[in-house]
Amino acid sequence: MDFAYTTEHEMVRDMVRDFAAKEVRPVIADYDREHKFPHFLLERMAELGLLGICIPVRYGGAGMDYISLGIVSEALEWADASVRETIAVHVALNSLAVFQWGTEEQKQRLLKPLATGEKIGCFGLTEPAAGSDVAAMRTTARRDGDDYILNGEKMWITLADVADYMLVFAKTDPEKRHRGITAFMLERGMPGLTTGTIENKMGVWASNTGWIAMNNVRVPKTNRIGQEGEGFKVAMSSLDNARMTVAAGAAGTIRAVMELSLKYAQERVTFGKKIAEHQLVQQMIAKMAMNYDIATLLWQRSAWLKNQGIRNTRETSQAKWFATEAAWEAASDAVQIHGAYGYSGEYEVERYLRNAKGAVIYEGTTQIHQLMQAAYALGWRQDKPLRCELPAYDPDYWQSE
Amino acid sequence: MRYLVCVKQTPDTAELPKVKPEEAASGQLSIHLVVNPWDEHALEAALQMSENFGGEASAITVGNEGAIEALRSALAMGCKSATLVENSDADAWGVATLLAAAVQKMGDVTVLLTGQMTVDGNSGTVPVAIARKLGWPLITGVARVVEASEEAVVVERVSGQARHTVRVKPPVVLSVIKEIGEPRYPTFMNIRKAARVEIPVWKAEDLGVEVPPPVVHMSDFRKPPVRDARVQLFDGTPEEAASALLDALIAEKVL
Ligand SMILES: Cc1cc2nc3c(=O)[nH]c(=O)nc-3n(C[C@H](O)[C@H](O)[C@H](O)COP(=O)(O)OP(=O)(O)OC[C@H]3O[C@@H](n4cnc5c(N)ncnc54)[C@H](O)[C@@H]3O)c2cc1C
Repeated sequence: MDFAYTTEHEMVRDMVRDFAAKEVRPVIADYDREHKFPHFLLERMAELGLLGICIPVRYGGAGMDYISLGIVSEALEWADASVRETIAVHVALNSLAVFQWGTEEQKQRLLKPLATGEKIGCFGLTEPAAGSDVAAMRTTARRDGDDYILNGEKMWITLADVADYMLVFAKTDPEKRHRGITAFMLERGMPGLTTGTIENKMGVWASNTGWIAMNNVRVPKTNRIGQEGEGFKVAMSSLDNARMTVAAGAAGTIRAVMELSLKYAQERVTFGKKIAEHQLVQQMIAKMAMNYDIATLLWQRSAWLKNQGIRNTRETSQAKWFATEAAWEAASDAVQIHGAYGYSGEYEVERYLRNAKGAVIYEGTTQIHQLMQAAYALGWRQDKPLRCELPAYDPDYWQSE
Repeated sequence: MRYLVCVKQTPDTAELPKVKPEEAASGQLSIHLVVNPWDEHALEAALQMSENFGGEASAITVGNEGAIEALRSALAMGCKSATLVENSDADAWGVATLLAAAVQKMGDVTVLLTGQMTVDGNSGTVPVAIARKLGWPLITGVARVVEASEEAVVVERVSGQARHTVRVKPPVVLSVIKEIGEPRYPTFMNIRKAARVEIPVWKAEDLGVEVPPPVVHMSDFRKPPVRDARVQLFDGTPEEAASALLDALIAEKVL
């Protein structure tokens, strides 16, 4: 057993934490307050290679491993969940889906510009009337010669108004439930494709969340990702990849709110002592410290399994469930420790609290993960091998041109 | 042309307050160590020079085995090679002796760069001592490198309110200031290379020098006493607040 990061991991961590501290954290509160998407950060992250962190160099990526993907997520969410969401959606949900399921031609044509950040990707699974119950989706894709015609609407889509490439899921066989779903890469500019932004979210104000409407959008067959009827598997495997980044990000939230709480608890005095000296405050701090470690160990296990090429749906679901709930609790406790000041926009903790609630809803609600865990424990659920597994990390392959 | 940057591994500035006096005295620090922030600017300078004028940037440090991490950071930023001179008990003069000997052994250094000072030692004497040892000119406070070649190095230096443009014939020692440029982030390609590069380790014997016994002795390490600062906010209309402030200043005998 080895719990240590490699020298490479340490350097990646130092680099991204430095970036998050210097370029993200100082400005993000303003973007959040103004509900503005920080486009310049996409450019910076592209320059630094973060938008293709775990994609092989031959496809325009940085050639690092899945643990590095987690490290980047943790470091960015320490600054703000909105920025980590970009990594989850662009890298894990969109780019990795093409890497895992796409043909060589699609990797050359679609993955390369995604990995360099020239194009931004998003992931459209949820619909107004189909969230947890994915198979209830109503978007349809009708075959027409060498094309498909897509109709329907996607809702709650991160980066909907920003992305160039949208991985959407539609029913090619509406009679069937899961088995009737197929994945398509839509490209902004396709006639009949429109997007918009959802206002009045509770959190992640510096992220873009929106809708995608498809009105007879003609999509060439060459933009179908995976086979017809394979869309559900494409979606679920992409979620396996992204949930690890959500879990790692949640650890970043815990680290951030814990730092803020430690500082405040050692400054604020009540009843003649620093509030850190009150045991009930200590209890909240102790919980944050422990949960940071548990969340970290869980996402790292998930990432390590990915590196090994071992199926990790169960472990990743655990990591996501635990870490996001722990982050929500930590952020809530951080507000508590800050008292009324924590309840105000003047201190950062309320932003982390608002952001943390989203993560217990997206990428599988807590309840969905609980159902999954119970099903595994009861022996009702077994993962069958996929036609295309996420390849194990092989540094030689990843790093050769 | 080789630009050699002297880097030191020091505590992360954010963690400096955590250093205990005993640790500072023994040099055995238990906190996160990084490249001395000032030296990162020197690395940036060398990398810019190699981009603008050709030549290669390398890094060197005097330290223990752990200091290799600082060299890996320099490689990750873009240095082409790095060397560790193993020693952990030399003072500034001893460090300069080792570095000067290493520079002589390399034989091809055109410009030697250093940061202005270190965040732990704070003396700023190493660049001066190396220049003295090597007999090379020293330019401090370097804010910009205008030109660099085997024939001439032209820099702008800042001294108080003044800005000089200085031209020297290399080899030369430059001690740079922050204005030279924000240190760049490592690239992933360089991170991967840095993790793999074999870093040569030289000892005083290899350099044919003896480390002079320390000329500086630290007799005591103490933390400055914690200042008990208090912040008081005065509520009310501006007039009320001003009046309350005035009363408080009089009561504290400030006025
Ligand atoms: C900020 C944000 C960003 C998002 N980004 C994306 C994105 O990029 N792409 C995308 O496709 N989607 C995205 N989503 C949508 C998200 O994935 C869905 O909101 C989520 O899957 C839940 O679906 P729903 O909102 O329809 O809730 P529902 O599925 O209607 O669930 C409502 C409640 O019922 C519970 N519930 C549902 N079914 C069961 C069950 N069987 N047993 C027990 N309880 C159950 C749920 O846990 C929840 O508490 C995002 C959402 C948010 C908030």
